[in-house]
Amino acid sequence: MSSKRVSAFINRIDILVPLDKGAIPHLKERITKDTVILGDKGQAAADIPMTDIPFGNIALDLGKSVFENVVAAGTLLGLFGIKPELLDEVLKGQFGSKGEEIVKKNIEAGRAGLEKGQALAKAGTVRIELIPDKNVANELFLNGTEALGIGAISGGCDFISSYPMSPATGVLTFIAQQSKEFDIVIDQAEDEIAAINAGLGAWYAGARAMVTTSGGGFALMTEGVSLSGMIETPIVIHIGQRPGPATGLPTRTEQGDLSFAVYSGHGDFPRIVLAPGTIKDATVLTHKAFNLADRFQIPVFILSDQFFLDSYTTCPDLEVEKLPVERFITKTAKDYKRYKLTSDGISPRGIPGYGEGLVCVDSDEHDETGHITESEAVRNAMMDKRLVKKAAAILKEAIPPQIIGSKDYSTIIVGWGSTHSAIAEAIENLGRKDVAFLYFTQVFPLQAGVADTIKKAKNMILVENNASGQFGKILQLATGMVPHHKILKSSGAPFTVEELVEDFRRLIK
Amino acid sequence: MGKEDFDMGAIDIAWCPGCGDFAILNALKEALGELGKKPENTVIISGIGQAAKTPHYLKCNFFNGLHGRTLSPAMAVKASNPELDVVITTGDGDMYGEGGNHFLHAIRRNTNITVLICNNMVYGLTKGQASPTSEKGFKTPIQYKGVILEPFNPMSVAIALDASFVARANCGDLQQTKEIIKKAIQHKGFALVDIFQPCVVYNKVNTYPWFKQHTYNLDERYDPSDKKEAFMKALEMDKMPLGIIYLSREKKTFEENIGVYDRSNDPLFKRKHDIKKIMKMIDNKRLHAAQSEMGSLIG
Repeated sequence: MSSKRVSAFINRIDILVPLDKGAIPHLKERITKDTVILGDKGQAAADIPMTDIPFGNIALDLGKSVFENVVAAGTLLGLFGIKPELLDEVLKGQFGSKGEEIVKKNIEAGRAGLEKGQALAKAGTVRIELIPDKNVANELFLNGTEALGIGAISGGCDFISSYPMSPATGVLTFIAQQSKEFDIVIDQAEDEIAAINAGLGAWYAGARAMVTTSGGGFALMTEGVSLSGMIETPIVIHIGQRPGPATGLPTRTEQGDLSFAVYSGHGDFPRIVLAPGTIKDATVLTHKAFNLADRFQIPVFILSDQFFLDSYTTCPDLEVEKLPVERFITKTAKDYKRYKLTSDGISPRGIPGYGEGLVCVDSDEHDETGHITESEAVRNAMMDKRLVKKAAAILKEAIPPQIIGSKDYSTIIVGWGSTHSAIAEAIENLGRKDVAFLYFTQVFPLQAGVADTIKKAKNMILVENNASGQFGKILQLATGMVPHHKILKSSGAPFTVEELVEDFRRLIK
Repeated sequence: MGKEDFDMGAIDIAWCPGCGDFAILNALKEALGELGKKPENTVIISGIGQAAKTPHYLKCNFFNGLHGRTLSPAMAVKASNPELDVVITTGDGDMYGEGGNHFLHAIRRNTNITVLICNNMVYGLTKGQASPTSEKGFKTPIQYKGVILEPFNPMSVAIALDASFVARANCGDLQQTKEIIKKAIQHKGFALVDIFQPCVVYNKVNTYPWFKQHTYNLDERYDPSDKKEAFMKALEMDKMPLGIIYLSREKKTFEENIGVYDRSNDPLFKRKHDIKKIMKMIDNKRLHAAQSEMGSLIG
């Protein structure tokens, strides 16, 4: 809890409502002397100071034990001094489809809890000192999934084909929920192979498509990544990472698929990998992914993870009205050649049915017209166009990392994507004037000039939510820089602010 | 206007002399020409295999994708722009082997596409291994004792899934093949045509005479809307029926069902999302939408 905007995961628990007897033993490392524990003392069966509120009995008095969690929610709202009407409104929304009787019972349960909470606050048993901020009331309250989905739609996404896989399914669900309003084609594919091949077919025909998956599903998509590279048909790929290998920890978090995304797909071809660390970045970068994919005719990745997708935070605004939707489709003439050799490697992209030309794409090596060839000269020209020339143009447009904290740093902490919130809060708590955070949102490709920013520091610390420091290797390839220290975590949990502060104190002299 | 619209002129064709694919290419060009189709409005989707080279040999838009992956891009092209005529040309290995899972689910979607499968019961491109439709006992360098797997029966599988149009042709009969292709293209919904096609190099069993001996034409009295009868026909193996074996009751296509074309027939590339609607979607995510009516949250 905080009176200012916070979004990082912390170890300390401010308020704990244990609803079963496993809760306290499971969380005991995170309970401090300041933790407010509200619950049924008998049921929690823990030898620990707590405010005894018999949620279960209150619920039973109202008819059923299932109301217990609503009583508990009401108590929390009461503690915070929230208006009862708001609680009623939320419960109506939640249970409205189940009939009036159920809504009525839940409102009774919520109100009973609310009164308990109000009484606790009034008696001073539990004191919560938060400064109300009217401005916050008009802010957005979003999780990473929603921010990503909004970015996709504002970026012009009109086609999504995917197979459900945690934690990336939410993006498919969000876009499906919006599809009626925006006329978006939703295809729940039979597998991830179908999903990405459909996405490519959609872009080929003029749509702006994306696929969403996690590492295991992406494993099946890799042939499509390579196809995108060869036929120069754009695709936007969201990977919501979770710990692997294989099924791994399906509902936990990790930044473990960066190397996989960067090296996926057989053969040599360019790509871009983006990784948002804030809610606004999730929208802005996903929006931008569609523009970049369309412009360079390549696969563009958005890398998120379970922690980022499922974490809610407030955000003043997304400002999508400021983001342009850039479209690069060309009307074809009779003599149109899909793979015309050009100075920047980008051949104007036509689509079938728009103009007089024919749009021919082939997964085999092909000539300028898109027809199969084995000519070494044509092969060399196409590799030069597709890889060398385009990669240079892509690199020029790379999004530079952001320096957060001191401009006059002697230690630089390198992180990417979802670790943003924990690192930013940790260096703020650290309160040192000589420490900065270099936050990467484009993780591939990297401009070599990044080295100059890092060289200003005497000490580089790499922070990654994976076991091997995958981004560190990419950074080393691009800049030759090697971190002095690595803080790595692959337990399935995100970094806590406290553990980072502790590590930074140890590593920064 | 006609077949010549689709002619490429003098080009190199990689098929062996005598390959059944030549006849299918001809039948397809004639069918498209006679139906008054235009190359600019026709998209041929193919995978990998000898039959999958077909779009390189006629004038059209094409998406020659990966092995076994014709159906997903074909669905996507049609769903993104229903004004295009979408035809798949590929082989038995591509569709029934590598693409088998997609085959099942594409039928369930019922996209309005035409699917032409050149079925030669062997892998020609990779020089003679068993295909999903190879008969039991068929010998190859890999299946040297003969194929031990049951052959895949695309007709009965398609009927079981209630495919909207299920037909079989023999490329040895060019006229009949062309007529069936024409009907498949004109059909609204998923139209499957399995076309028997001899591989003159790698299949010495299922030859032109063999297909002639082992097939017969369905007569005019046959009613393809009778599903049980169609099943019986699909299971006939000694002499296999040619013609339209099954026509389902009329049903909505995938493009019709997704609702994207309820308000407008414009293909997706002609559309833009309304920024006002986007702003409204975002505003719905502001902390409690009812807040303005209720005053402040904190009472």
